[in-house]
Amino acid sequence: MGMTIAEKILATKSGATRVSPGEIVDAYPDVVMSHTATWRSVSVMKRIGATKLYDPERLAIVLDHISPAKTEKYAKDQQTSRNFAREYGIRKFYDVDAGIAHLVLMENGHIKPGDLVVGTDSHCTIYGALGALGTGIGYTEVTSVWVTGKLWMKVPTTLKFILDGKFAPGVSAKDLMLALIGKLGADGAGYKSVEFYGDALPDMSVSERMTMANLAMEMGSKCVFVPPDAKTADYLRGRLQDFSKYQPVYADADAVYEQEIKVNLADLEPMVACPHQVENTKPIGEVVGTKIDQAFLGSCANGKYEDLAVAARILAGRRVNPGVRLLVTPGSKQIMLEAMKSGILQTLIESGALVTNPGCSACAGDGGTMADGEVSLSTANRNFVGRMGSNKSSIYLSSPATLAASAIKGAIADPREFF
Amino acid sequence: MGNGMQSTIQGRVFKFGDNVNSDIIIAGRYLIYIEPEELAKHAFEMLGEGFPAKLREYDILVAGRNFGCGSAREQASTAIKGLGIKAVVAASFARTFYRNAINDGLTIVECPEVYAAVKEGDSISIALADGKIAHAGQEYSFPQIPPSVRKILELGGLANYLKANATTTGGA
Repeated sequence: MGMTIAEKILATKSGATRVSPGEIVDAYPDVVMSHTATWRSVSVMKRIGATKLYDPERLAIVLDHISPAKTEKYAKDQQTSRNFAREYGIRKFYDVDAGIAHLVLMENGHIKPGDLVVGTDSHCTIYGALGALGTGIGYTEVTSVWVTGKLWMKVPTTLKFILDGKFAPGVSAKDLMLALIGKLGADGAGYKSVEFYGDALPDMSVSERMTMANLAMEMGSKCVFVPPDAKTADYLRGRLQDFSKYQPVYADADAVYEQEIKVNLADLEPMVACPHQVENTKPIGEVVGTKIDQAFLGSCANGKYEDLAVAARILAGRRVNPGVRLLVTPGSKQIMLEAMKSGILQTLIESGALVTNPGCSACAGDGGTMADGEVSLSTANRNFVGRMGSNKSSIYLSSPATLAASAIKGAIADPREFF
Repeated sequence: MGNGMQSTIQGRVFKFGDNVNSDIIIAGRYLIYIEPEELAKHAFEMLGEGFPAKLREYDILVAGRNFGCGSAREQASTAIKGLGIKAVVAASFARTFYRNAINDGLTIVECPEVYAAVKEGDSISIALADGKIAHAGQEYSFPQIPPSVRKILELGGLANYLKANATTTGGA
């Protein structure tokens, strides 16, 4: 009986020849990421009296939530993180200018296929876009991994998704994921690993794969995998410091899956997640005309270059509706720079967008705060009550194309008329 | 058994539904705190009037599926502890909350039958070593936390566990 990708990675990282679902292993992560929460892990380290790290080269720190600091408390906490990185010689340290941790780590070649990555963020599943096992943990557990090098992990069962066909114009990876989350529910993949296959995958960009691996967390996935292919290798060539370490891990042909789910991408239409749960998804036709006050284009789900480009193509030569505030937050400094050079930022600004500095931005409640009764459409991954301000405001989630179309109309709109 | 875990937990329950996410438990704007008392002041305040004050009148939270879903913020379990809640019984937990609760020394029990049976204000009694919950003359079984992981909970959380095991760790 063969192994799935999650089983293989957990076996390798725990020094076992094989592992089976349900088994608990002690695994040694290759990368332990901490973001703005780093100071909390530092405080735990002080509390337990630890002074040595298992391996400083495995730590990655990115100050992405609430960046730059907006109060003295944030400033002090960021100072603690900065000082820690300096004191311990953390080379993968990125300050408030860099952008969202997940995107920054992948762009800078710190994640490769087969890696085990843990971090203080539930959307660590995104690393599966490159064939790595990524999963979220709390800040105390990050300290534990810093000091001991390991953590206990339960080997998950695996769901297999087979994607065939092609998206219709105006439909994207975000719509696919919202459709899946709506169908399976917020815990449809709870405690489970997810692997994507199918004829559709070779044509899907690394950016789309990141959106898929990111959003799969919202159906409870522990980790997600897009098996590495030519696109993965192209993305990582020139990013990995040592490309000879590019060694993809694939599932065995006789690996055992809990369930197989087939999706034909051609059958999908634009989807929207309605307040206040991501699983509350509806086809666009059921929500068209819902008035919006704010549109947020950004986040680790959809703040990538391709996401900005799709929105810019729709907004070019058009104006954001006067009743809408369009906030654009590039996911990282590299993305912002690329969008600046290609003219995308200019297009967005000329259409009426407010472009902010890279980072988590409004998705982390940093700017774009909403008042009672206001409605925001967002390309992020969560629409939980109060996440972007008042608990009497509402968040709808959509693709970048739907967001751009809606920003023009002043209400949720079907993007297909712009394609 | 260590100081972090009582062998029997009993008290009145407050009942939630499915998919209570960690943004509801503690909003992102309060993640500047890590102290239980400070976090508890704002726990569940997204639910509106009366929260969190009314939760202080209860001992145990009972919830449906996927309790603690969403963000991996550890302060979700810390905030619940800060309210004086002794245990959370749910039909199921999101994995990040499950881990954080153990690491925080908050007792968690997975038991869909109890969720189905209890109503707000009921009293239940959780016998941890036996894996049983008593409610209204009925007894329900729940799966024990794996022994290797249970040690963390018994010591009152991961920080205590790390201190206790300092000689076997990389540097502490």
